[in-house]
Amino acid sequence: MEIFGVPTALLGSQLLVGLINGSFYAILSLGLAIIFGLLNIINFAHGAQYMMGAFIAWLALTKFEVNYWVALIAAPLLVGLLGVLLERTMLRKLYKLDHLYGLLLTFGLALIIEGIFRDQFGISGESYEVPEALSGGIHLGFMFLPLYRAWVVVASLTVCFGTWFMIEKTRLGAYLRAGTENPQIVQALGINVPLLITFTYGYGVALAAFAGVLAAPVFQVNPLMGSNLIIVVFAVVVIGGMGSILGSIVTGIGLGLIEGLTKVFYPEASAVVVFVIMVVVLLVRPAGLFGKA
Amino acid sequence: MSMKKTMSLACGAALATLSAGAHAQISGGVVKIGVLTDLSGTYSDLAGSGAVLATKMAIEDFIAKEKPNFKIEVVTADHQNKADIASNKAREWFEREGVDTATELVTTSTALAVMKVAKEKDRIAIMNGPGSTAITNEQCNDVSVHYAYDTYALANGTAKAVTKQGGKSWFFITADYAFGQALEKDASAVVTANGGKVLGSVRHPFPGSDFSSFLLKAQASGAQVIGLANAGADTTNTIKQAAEFGITPTQTLAGLLMFITDVHALGLKSTQGMYLTEGFYWDLNDETRAWSKRFFGLQKKMPTMVQAGQYSAIYHYLKAVKAAGSDDTKKVMEQMKKTPINDFFAKNGKIRDDGRMVHDMYLMQVKKPSESKYPWDYYTVRQVIPAAEAFQPLSLSRCALVKK
Repeated sequence: MEIFGVPTALLGSQLLVGLINGSFYAILSLGLAIIFGLLNIINFAHGAQYMMGAFIAWLALTKFEVNYWVALIAAPLLVGLLGVLLERTMLRKLYKLDHLYGLLLTFGLALIIEGIFRDQFGISGESYEVPEALSGGIHLGFMFLPLYRAWVVVASLTVCFGTWFMIEKTRLGAYLRAGTENPQIVQALGINVPLLITFTYGYGVALAAFAGVLAAPVFQVNPLMGSNLIIVVFAVVVIGGMGSILGSIVTGIGLGLIEGLTKVFYPEASAVVVFVIMVVVLLVRPAGLFGKA
Repeated sequence: MSMKKTMSLACGAALATLSAGAHAQISGGVVKIGVLTDLSGTYSDLAGSGAVLATKMAIEDFIAKEKPNFKIEVVTADHQNKADIASNKAREWFEREGVDTATELVTTSTALAVMKVAKEKDRIAIMNGPGSTAITNEQCNDVSVHYAYDTYALANGTAKAVTKQGGKSWFFITADYAFGQALEKDASAVVTANGGKVLGSVRHPFPGSDFSSFLLKAQASGAQVIGLANAGADTTNTIKQAAEFGITPTQTLAGLLMFITDVHALGLKSTQGMYLTEGFYWDLNDETRAWSKRFFGLQKKMPTMVQAGQYSAIYHYLKAVKAAGSDDTKKVMEQMKKTPINDFFAKNGKIRDDGRMVHDMYLMQVKKPSESKYPWDYYTVRQVIPAAEAFQPLSLSRCALVKK
């Protein structure tokens, strides 16, 4: 059977691959959206923090024999802690200023972090093996699905929707949203707003590191792995609407699928398609698909 | 007339009247070698600081062994893989710092830019890192030497051997820019000429990170061999993901432009069984091992063919300067071309009229993890490709300097 001259088996497998990539986009753009929505900071260090997550997993395994599952929890905690430190010492001073300052600071930090890793580990990067329990795969009939890729989709969607639930449906989330809306009043009600904000940045950064650990067995772990991805992820956030939590998740997955389809019909354009969509969305709905104008 | 030339003429004239000093012909009494390479980007592992180290080793050895009566200096710079930075730096070196030769020059675009400046300023360009055959064809000139390898030698060696060993049907995964397309075209011609068939190809945007879609297409094509017409991180990610999707070992991967640093970064588990062509391997014989272990002691990595080639090229250049008794470009080029190269890197290597240094190349197969006995024990030599077959024959040359 064929659709537009493409066998359905090939189409199915490409859509599945698109879903896998989409879940990476979703978890990365979610972190960016949370940070922007609640802190008004455009976190350009996100790619570097993602890379740090992957490198910490690799270092933990090769130097300390810490396995994948421990790294999946420990690396985000560690990178999140660094994020907290960064927020306390530097970002905090920028909230009242234009977005541009936060962007420049985090961009500079990203360059420094990547430079240090490049100096220490070289450019070719390191290889991280797929954990034993998730090696191998399943024959689906139309394609061979590596178990690890299936795990990536499950893990990242769970974390994404968990985060959405926490922010939109719980009391803590309500404090967070109220705190960004009107910090003075919330503070007057006895809630420590600066602490909430620090926690939020730490969490957004931890999400990046979590994605980094997820990515380690799939991509070569190298110092520039984040900077290759971050531009696409920013486009995803813009399309979804800056700061929209659900928007970033849905757009991330959706664009992964569209990119997958492009790879079937016109692979040469697969790197551009996200940006073409971004241009169209900006023209038609400047606030993004899920943004409030 | 450049400042340097005027100076050297004045010096030469003055010295000729005073004494017939041997270093009268060396401008400024010092031979200055520039290493212009990628010190921080994509190619910094395969060339980079290792190439600078190799240059310094060559100079040290040359001074100890040949006792020259001239001084030798090295200058280095990072060209960041940008042609404009490279040509500006080379111009500055040639015009103001009295640099005699700009060397290494990884990335074809920077190499082509510097070759032009060298020709204009009448200095020498020696290339080790860049791959394109344009350097010794359309863009060739008489002040340039292309030393370690080129894409013809790599694609030709690998594609020919794999096709002859029964890999008759091919599918290419190609980086969608001039370099990737040229590599695919060259390799396709070799496959067809050796009785193979190209079933198709897919072009991926450059640079990419997820290659699973393209790999699934390659898998669906049913080809025996998947040719990787890309380089660097694109190649390593493609190989890694091929293993993940169970494509290897059912289908064979053939890397058309790979270096030992790529194999080292990926590990043997994902690269085992692959074929690739190299101009040098540290573990070939006692001579290569001795030099490479010295290199390893300082760099903590085994040398690539680019770095070993850099040592050999610098040594050969300095020997030519000594023999010619001059650092004059024409005299040194003549001397370099007429002297065969015999060292740990090349046996009976020869620089042709088009600037191509021809030497034996090696078809390698990557070992299984169980066959690897010590660190960096990665390759089995499957075939020595003699110099005459390894490189593009002069009869096919598109270089204006080649008389047919």
